Amino acid sequence: MAIEPNSMTTAVLAPSKPPIDWSNSIKESAIAALVMLLIAIPIFAIKTDQAMNNVLSLETRWGLVATLCGLVFASRLFAHVVLWNRAPGAKPVQLIPDSVTAALGKISPVFGPLALGFAIIFPFVVYIEQGNGALKWVNNYGIQILIYVMLGWGLNIVVGLAGLLDLGYVAFYAIGAYTYALLSTSEPIQLWMAAHIGEGFWQAWAFWFCLPVAGVLAAFWGIILGFPVLRLRGDYLAIVTLAFGEIIYLVALNWVDFTGGGAGITSIPRVTFFGIPFTPGDDGFAARFGIDPSPVLRSIFLYFLILGLCLLTAFVTVRLRRLPVGRAWEALREDEIACRSLGINTTNTKLTAFAIGAMFGGFAGAFFSVRQGFVSPDSFKFLESATILAIVVLGGMGSLVGVVLASIAIVGGTELLRELDFLKQVFGDDFDPTQYRMLLVGLAMVLMMLWKPRGLISTREPSVFLKERKAVSGSLVKEGHG
Amino acid sequence: MSETMLQVRDVKTYYGSICALKGVSIDVNQGEIVTLIGSNGAGKSTLMMTICGSPRAREGSITFMGTDISRMPTHQIMRLGLAQSPEGRRVFPRMSVFENLQMGSEITDGTMFDQDLERIFEMFPRLKERRDQRAGTLSGGEQQMLAIGRALMMRPKLLMLDEPSLGLAPLIVKQIFDAIRELNKRDGLTVFLVEQNAFHALKLAHRAYVMVNGEIRMSGSGAELLANPDVRAAYLEGGGH
Amino acid sequence: MRWLNDPVLTVEHLTMRFGGLTAVNDLSFQAGRGDITALIGPNGAGKTTVFNCITGFYKPTEGMLTLRQKSGPQFLLERMPDFQINWKAKVARTFQNIRLFQGMTLLENLMVAQHNGLMIASGFTFGGLVGLPSFRAKEKAALATAKDWLERVGLIDRADEPAGGLAYGEQRRLEIARAMCTGPELLCLDEPAAGLNPKESAELNALLRGIRKELGTSILLIEHDMSVVMEISDHVVVLDYGTKISDGTATEVKTDPRVVAAYLGVPDEEVEAVEMEVAR
Repeated sequence: MAIEPNSMTTAVLAPSKPPIDWSNSIKESAIAALVMLLIAIPIFAIKTDQAMNNVLSLETRWGLVATLCGLVFASRLFAHVVLWNRAPGAKPVQLIPDSVTAALGKISPVFGPLALGFAIIFPFVVYIEQGNGALKWVNNYGIQILIYVMLGWGLNIVVGLAGLLDLGYVAFYAIGAYTYALLSTSEPIQLWMAAHIGEGFWQAWAFWFCLPVAGVLAAFWGIILGFPVLRLRGDYLAIVTLAFGEIIYLVALNWVDFTGGGAGITSIPRVTFFGIPFTPGDDGFAARFGIDPSPVLRSIFLYFLILGLCLLTAFVTVRLRRLPVGRAWEALREDEIACRSLGINTTNTKLTAFAIGAMFGGFAGAFFSVRQGFVSPDSFKFLESATILAIVVLGGMGSLVGVVLASIAIVGGTELLRELDFLKQVFGDDFDPTQYRMLLVGLAMVLMMLWKPRGLISTREPSVFLKERKAVSGSLVKEGHG
Repeated sequence: MSETMLQVRDVKTYYGSICALKGVSIDVNQGEIVTLIGSNGAGKSTLMMTICGSPRAREGSITFMGTDISRMPTHQIMRLGLAQSPEGRRVFPRMSVFENLQMGSEITDGTMFDQDLERIFEMFPRLKERRDQRAGTLSGGEQQMLAIGRALMMRPKLLMLDEPSLGLAPLIVKQIFDAIRELNKRDGLTVFLVEQNAFHALKLAHRAYVMVNGEIRMSGSGAELLANPDVRAAYLEGGGH
Repeated sequence: MRWLNDPVLTVEHLTMRFGGLTAVNDLSFQAGRGDITALIGPNGAGKTTVFNCITGFYKPTEGMLTLRQKSGPQFLLERMPDFQINWKAKVARTFQNIRLFQGMTLLENLMVAQHNGLMIASGFTFGGLVGLPSFRAKEKAALATAKDWLERVGLIDRADEPAGGLAYGEQRRLEIARAMCTGPELLCLDEPAAGLNPKESAELNALLRGIRKELGTSILLIEHDMSVVMEISDHVVVLDYGTKISDGTATEVKTDPRVVAAYLGVPDEEVEAVEMEVAR
């Protein structure tokens, strides 16, 4: 019995590269180039120009169009011949070899401590190295990246863990920022404090009182938003949160009496070292601690402040993931109906995710306004929400390390592009790299998502284990449906 | 039997680094009913999906009616005359029963549509009753009927069914197996069947393969395998763990 | 006739309409405490709809669903939100197309099932954040329960693997274990044997018998696999087009001509002969 098919003996096909189908590849590439041509004609080929005598003239740029079409043809052909031409079912062409990915996987347990160590020494190193020139590094890179790390981690609770797509996260950031801005500049509070506690008290301590208030208020608004919308799922939830973000922006812009409108709120009290201001005077931080006064000191303090807030966020997130509520968030992302069948109150669970995520957004907002000393609605546009969401998605939903890497890539990369003056030597003096910043960041994101469609860190760490903690492959983890 | 319709040779399929099919070879000849039995997780559905091109076989060849389909996109494979009723039904939940069946006939020339529809409604009167209901609101068993009906609407040369009896009442299971036999006898339809209900499947099949852990362990005529003590043990003990 | 004397679940005049479609029509039956009750019937007869009404996923158009717990309290299920039905009334269920948390490990799946108890022990998260000892103890107990169930369903060796990586039959078993981790009085199983081979079906029978015997959990199941239904059920209710057509013990129902005509089909002697031989 056990009849094996006799043709088993026929040649076993090795996973060889099939021959290149040149005619088909060229045809395909030509079609792609033709599409490019059709798109390019209305967009690039004809340009209106204003002459000195205010007469409009038409300028044609066929050279540019030809270059573009040529580029499309070449890259398409390259893709056909190199990238897509492989044995069926073979492993996809990898931009980064397996060994590197494996090495990255190995360092991931020590990544946290290493990154933290680096983050702690970073401002001192640049200060010692560059003196007052360190301001740029601490401010533009350090603080800026850490703000987005914190926002990313906050949103990660809502989107990455609970699987609720929130397009209006910046609203909570705005609520936090305005909470501090309004309370610290509020005249009645200032007068009351001056009368009862002491002159200058509020100026010195406002931030430390307002920080928790900002978080609580943001969480409160998170719940207010949550109640009506949590019945919605997926796209519908995304649209409503988007609208909420816009409402907060429009209120900030148009309620001029309260928020100062488009002009914003100025002269917000600066951060103090628990009551000691960062001023060059006798009672300033530098004088009291016997250090040379420098504007960098405040920045370094702000840097450690946001680092501390980030660590708080990370600590709470890591702890919550191992508590029943965190596990319920993830279960909710995996399957809401199953959750309900297990007696989990999904409304409350979603609300806690919304509230806690919003709270961290509020903290970050308060920090933002104390750092800037000025808030205006312009800082809370939809683009901010989109950037934060992009960080979470690019980092890998649910992954804390991923959010850090993505923040460094997106925020740091955007800043770094300001530095690329040497490109002027390549493209001529007219070339301003900052103008292409967003374009390049966008392109990089497209490439990243093609390379790692589930984000930089796609595996999931189990929250509890019996024998060993095995990371769960990203392909099994759901993204949630809102 | 007559000429080979589907020829699978030494196919290896991987999920990531996990080897799901470890060099599988099977033949399905014109006019045959061939069944593949094996335990849960043996790789039966993987083989069926590999034939359809998703996931792709990393090694080996798959030939359908003389054409190598191992590199062909799934939609083109289907246009060659292969139809599948997949695992998990996969009906279009927001379309009506009728629209789902229409989707099945999309690749035919449409001249036989009414006749085909009539035949499917005859086979599954339940679908006729629910003709204008959204497929997502059907019960599980009804969705299974719809998936099979939709595959038949493609007028395939080779019909591949993944566990057609799953979730169906005994009476319907009997009807489905009778219908398969009838389609095979009357129209000469070639059928490749993956079944957990091995007893029924082996009774129906001309030839059968037994799959264990991603490999073909045995093959023979349906009656032979049904009589084979090893197969019985394997079938009863879930693929011989 | 335990289902008449000591019912755990009483369904009275249950009707469920979706728009113009009546899925369940004036259905009444009782499920006995400690019984395994099977709900069978042709596809589309409304069996899963009945389950969804019992477990709160649908609100019945008409009718009353009463659950009586062993210790006395009664619950009107049609008036409770779905998550309360599991938590308060102690009714757990599985799903026809398996709804596990696929990206979570087996152990995590079973921990999520014990959510409510753990949530209270963690002082609604605040106590858990600071690591209350009482929460730690409760968590340990929950882990022990999860471990116990993984052992019972024979999946203890795979405790730290994702549920999505399990084979079909194993996923079914895990789903039952997860439902049992909520400590139910009534366990509702929607086609637990679908897609299982005969050996796995036999294991399932043993598992369900064990649950009933050791824990006294009442079981209500929808099933098409007659080897399961006939072998383990004490009581069978047959539906067709949303109405009850037969109700009784397995043997009574099996020979009921209406059931044969609507559901089982004419007995096929040949099939039975071989089946008997194979099952030997």
